[in-house]
Amino acid sequence: MSVAAVDAEGLVKRFGKETALGGLSFSVEPGEIFGFIGPDGAGKTTLFRILTTLLLADEGSARVLDLDVADDFWALRARVGYMPGRFSLYPDLSVGENLSFFAAVFGTSPSKQEDLIGPIYSQIEPFRDRRAGALSGGMKQKLALSCALVHRPEILFLDEPTTGVDAVSRREFWDLLDRLREQGLTIVVSTPYMDEASRCDRVALIQDGRLLGVDAPGAFGARYGHPLVAVRGPDRRHLPEILRSWEHALSAYPFGETVHVTDRRPNLDPARVAEQVHDYLASRGIESAEVRPIEPGIEDVFIARMGEAAGTSSGASAGAAS
Amino acid sequence: MSAGAQSRPGPAPHGPPARSGSGDGAAIEADGLTRRFGDFTAVDAISFRVERGEVFGFLGANGAGKTTAIRMLTGLLSPSAGDARVAGHDVYDEPEAIRRSIGYMSQRFSLYEDLRVRENIQLFGGIYGLPDRTIRERGDRLLTDLGLEHAAEELVASIPLGWRQKLAFSVATLHEPEILFLDEPTGGVDPITRRQFWEMIYRAADEGTTVFVTTHYMDEAEYCDRISIMVDGRIGAMGTPRQLREQYGVPSVDELFLRLVRPGSDARHPAAGPLDAGGMGGAA
Repeated sequence: MSVAAVDAEGLVKRFGKETALGGLSFSVEPGEIFGFIGPDGAGKTTLFRILTTLLLADEGSARVLDLDVADDFWALRARVGYMPGRFSLYPDLSVGENLSFFAAVFGTSPSKQEDLIGPIYSQIEPFRDRRAGALSGGMKQKLALSCALVHRPEILFLDEPTTGVDAVSRREFWDLLDRLREQGLTIVVSTPYMDEASRCDRVALIQDGRLLGVDAPGAFGARYGHPLVAVRGPDRRHLPEILRSWEHALSAYPFGETVHVTDRRPNLDPARVAEQVHDYLASRGIESAEVRPIEPGIEDVFIARMGEAAGTSSGASAGAAS
Repeated sequence: MSAGAQSRPGPAPHGPPARSGSGDGAAIEADGLTRRFGDFTAVDAISFRVERGEVFGFLGANGAGKTTAIRMLTGLLSPSAGDARVAGHDVYDEPEAIRRSIGYMSQRFSLYEDLRVRENIQLFGGIYGLPDRTIRERGDRLLTDLGLEHAAEELVASIPLGWRQKLAFSVATLHEPEILFLDEPTGGVDPITRRQFWEMIYRAADEGTTVFVTTHYMDEAEYCDRISIMVDGRIGAMGTPRQLREQYGVPSVDELFLRLVRPGSDARHPAAGPLDAGGMGGAA
């Protein structure tokens, strides 16, 4: 059994009165893509800065590659790659100069790392003489990733690499990460996009500095604990409101073209719930709705656990109470 | 002014000046709208019409020209060619009138974080030219609606992000604009707040406000009455989400987006691909 790539125990970080991290414990296995999924302000960046030795925790401890992030930070820095959420390369240096600079800092050169960074860097190499500050968002992202990899780190921390990126470019970025993982790299990545959970081996759901759960993305659904149905019907604007007034509805939220309704009664046959929802809608004059039992996705789980964490799970009020 | 014919439901004791001025045309009408920067054509002769009260999703890849188009439609950038009218006003000749008729909110900038909640309301109310009494009344109502009365004297920086976005939305509608431009309003927002945000959008639309919104969340594309998808400066597809799914034979807008933006690539992760977010439109 190998040592965990990351092992965190009770990490707490406060900024004045604000508690950014409220005691986080988790571990990341070598060679996995581990995702922290949560909205802005959840504590993701603070956590990443602690794990990359840039910030000290107030309480708790963390080991990365079996080195203590506080005591062994000097040894650790050479073995960790970090891509911050905000673009932080030198905007006045060219693409090629940025890469050479970061390579030189770590005593290597881009050409020696061709096999690792080549597939990514080749996409921006045609612009190697352009100032980094003048690149498009997608190209900046690829340059930043190349620079984070140029010293051949054993573990890569990517803080919101896909924020503000369109859906297609996000897919392509995750394809890149798949290829890096195949080369044995451990990848810890954060994102506010719930749909990216499926691209991770395991995910931690994070909100208000606390973990709402850690598991394989496909494993959360089994512990949802309530029947869930998807409703497709007319008058989509008002359908969630109508469904929330159903006596057994724990919550009703729009999901794309459907509304997901969670039944507050546990252990009920979802097919029966679907029939009851259908009947309820018919009683409200909506005859043509289509109702189907579904498996909960990460976003269903996140919403449910946010509600529990806020001490309520009554649909619309849950978010306001956070 | 034809205030009587255009009056909207609900109490508006001091009259909604911005909402009443522009006749019966479309909320937004663009005809061959073009913007070039040197040799580069950022927006290439786009034409479309957004009806009053419609929620219109304006999608596209990064760099496809969305921001440039929005800057022209909000009167901040002059087109190189083509025509556009927003709230009945011409983008070349009446940018000031356009700016008075619209509300604008983006993820990046919306409120002054160093000012208190109430100070932001007063500031924006003043910028929109509302009388003090109206600002006070609408401000109080806004805070009550959001359940934020207790936070009126807090600095914006100190209130939770989800609330901040909802507050920003309400402030952008303080002057009861005819059209709301929302540029990635839900970026980075938690999934519950994101949905509450869309309920606010629907309420505004129900009251007759036109909503023009951009997003990278493809599930939100499905919440729009109609969407357009920009590709390389042009409109690659436009219609209701359902029409587009049927027309292109795809299970989701996400799939359509991929196909338009990367022609020739197939969905490499059809099951796991972004935005299988549990909807019923799956490939099965």
